[in-house]
Amino acid sequence: MQFGVFTVGDVTLDPTNGRLPSERERIKAMVAIALKAEEVGLDVFATGEHHNPPFVPSSPTTMLGYIAARTERLLLSTSTTLITTNDPVKIAEDYAMLQHLADGRVDLMMGRGNTGPVYPWFGQDIRNGIPLAIENYDLLHRLWREDVVDWKGRFRTPLQSFTSTPRPLDGVPPFVWHGSIRSPEIAEQAAYYGDGFFANHIFWPKEHTQRMVGLYRQRFAHYRHGSPEQAIVGLGGQVFIRRNSQDAVREFRPYFDNAPVYGHGPSLEEFTSQTPLTVGSPQQVIDRTLGFRDYVGDYQRQLFLIDHAGLPLKTVLEQLDILGEEVVPVLRKEFDSLRPAHVPEAPTHASLVAARDAVADRTDAEAGR
Amino acid sequence: MTRRTLAVVSAGLGQPSSTRLLADQLAAATRDELVRRGTEVELRPVDLREHAHDVVNHLLTGFPAPALREALDTVAGADGLIAVTPIFNASYNGLFKSFFDVVEKDALVDRPVLIGATGGTARHSLALEHAVRPMFAYLRALVVPTAVFAAPEDWSGEGADGALRARIRRAAAELADQVDRRPAAAGVADPFALTTSFEELLAGRDPA
Repeated sequence: MQFGVFTVGDVTLDPTNGRLPSERERIKAMVAIALKAEEVGLDVFATGEHHNPPFVPSSPTTMLGYIAARTERLLLSTSTTLITTNDPVKIAEDYAMLQHLADGRVDLMMGRGNTGPVYPWFGQDIRNGIPLAIENYDLLHRLWREDVVDWKGRFRTPLQSFTSTPRPLDGVPPFVWHGSIRSPEIAEQAAYYGDGFFANHIFWPKEHTQRMVGLYRQRFAHYRHGSPEQAIVGLGGQVFIRRNSQDAVREFRPYFDNAPVYGHGPSLEEFTSQTPLTVGSPQQVIDRTLGFRDYVGDYQRQLFLIDHAGLPLKTVLEQLDILGEEVVPVLRKEFDSLRPAHVPEAPTHASLVAARDAVADRTDAEAGR
Repeated sequence: MTRRTLAVVSAGLGQPSSTRLLADQLAAATRDELVRRGTEVELRPVDLREHAHDVVNHLLTGFPAPALREALDTVAGADGLIAVTPIFNASYNGLFKSFFDVVEKDALVDRPVLIGATGGTARHSLALEHAVRPMFAYLRALVVPTAVFAAPEDWSGEGADGALRARIRRAAAELADQVDRRPAAAGVADPFALTTSFEELLAGRDPA
């Protein structure tokens, strides 16, 4: 099982001291978080993509390329890549480039983006959110798999004899996850292609996640990619951890109360009971996280949100230390021991290359070559 | 005997509340009328005051707390709706509007609705017609012709034989008639149900 962190990249006032980091500070903090994630033994770092303040990560492959050069093992991903407003041609090229530079340590998560005004800045309209996600991804999927593409669609200029460069590393495209909170069409899309499905699993009740993952698993089997329990599922999660749960609650409360998304709304206690947010001791985080499996089944990737709402970098790095030392090793062991042998790990570049070669070998053998 | 459910929403803020009192009288009269027609009725009261914080939280977070979820499901799943609000500043109160702002899209389409209001003076009575009725029209609900407004003088003096009683009976008969002539409510729509195939999506056909 893969564990990691995902970041929104918000620049938010620290409500405890009124300090607002500069964009530069925030960008460098995101890099520091990624490097620390590798240092403490996590597997994945994923960055959001935004094109409006107060968010900084508008150029994910620039950031991930920089992190790739400074890490050895860490898998670099996105949360999410805007499949609606980015040109699929540019996504194909940017992430293939990153794949080469990072020696295959790349996958990405498609998302639609829910901020209406962003769409027209890129020549699109939020009312076409789902059709854009469907058409653009279908083109992206082809661009990574076919050397020469002739294509015509509704939302971008046609392509004639187009080859996106560079070609994917070893001829194997990056693995793709599709993220959605409550659009069944996106679960269907992930299932259709046999891609992964990632549930945000932060801001909404677990029932959303349960229903969406259930639908994805069922449709994954419908499209004959495997049995429902072999579908590739990722979950978000939000934690704040201190040795003593009272300390965690006391320290996190001002950040929670003023958080951009849910601040000034429900109490911390209401929100932790109604959503997967866990604020407490390492053991509480372990128990809650293991419980996710009860409603989504065995899953492949767990990403935690730990750096939003104005939390200072020092605190975030402490969170990573606790995750790496006390939480993730236990979760890794427990989840691995619970997972049946026929449920796969999340695909990596190495496993995708091996799978591709195995198919080729089998085809050769059947052809008597 | 068929069985129908009526959701009875009151946005009254006082305890006790004249808005709740009017809602209860409208509910009882509608029930009596349906029973007279051979239909069993279950009344499901929803006091918005109890959900006030959850309604605001839903506006901020995008999802309802469990108790509010239950109230929303009650409204979305009922065969008929009785909705009563106090009139503030020439319109429904904010709690009433905010609650219906978080009701799922299309949940009230073709739903028989009886609207009522209370106010400090009879001069507020047309707020039912210029504010409450248009909101339900926008939601494509079927609002019965008689809306019932209760002013302070309606609660005093004339008592059970007064004009308010007559309006309540007339409105209740109209709602009962609409509920009675419709098939039983299908229950709450599943927002996670897949209503299209991927081939349709790929072909760019809009499922809506």
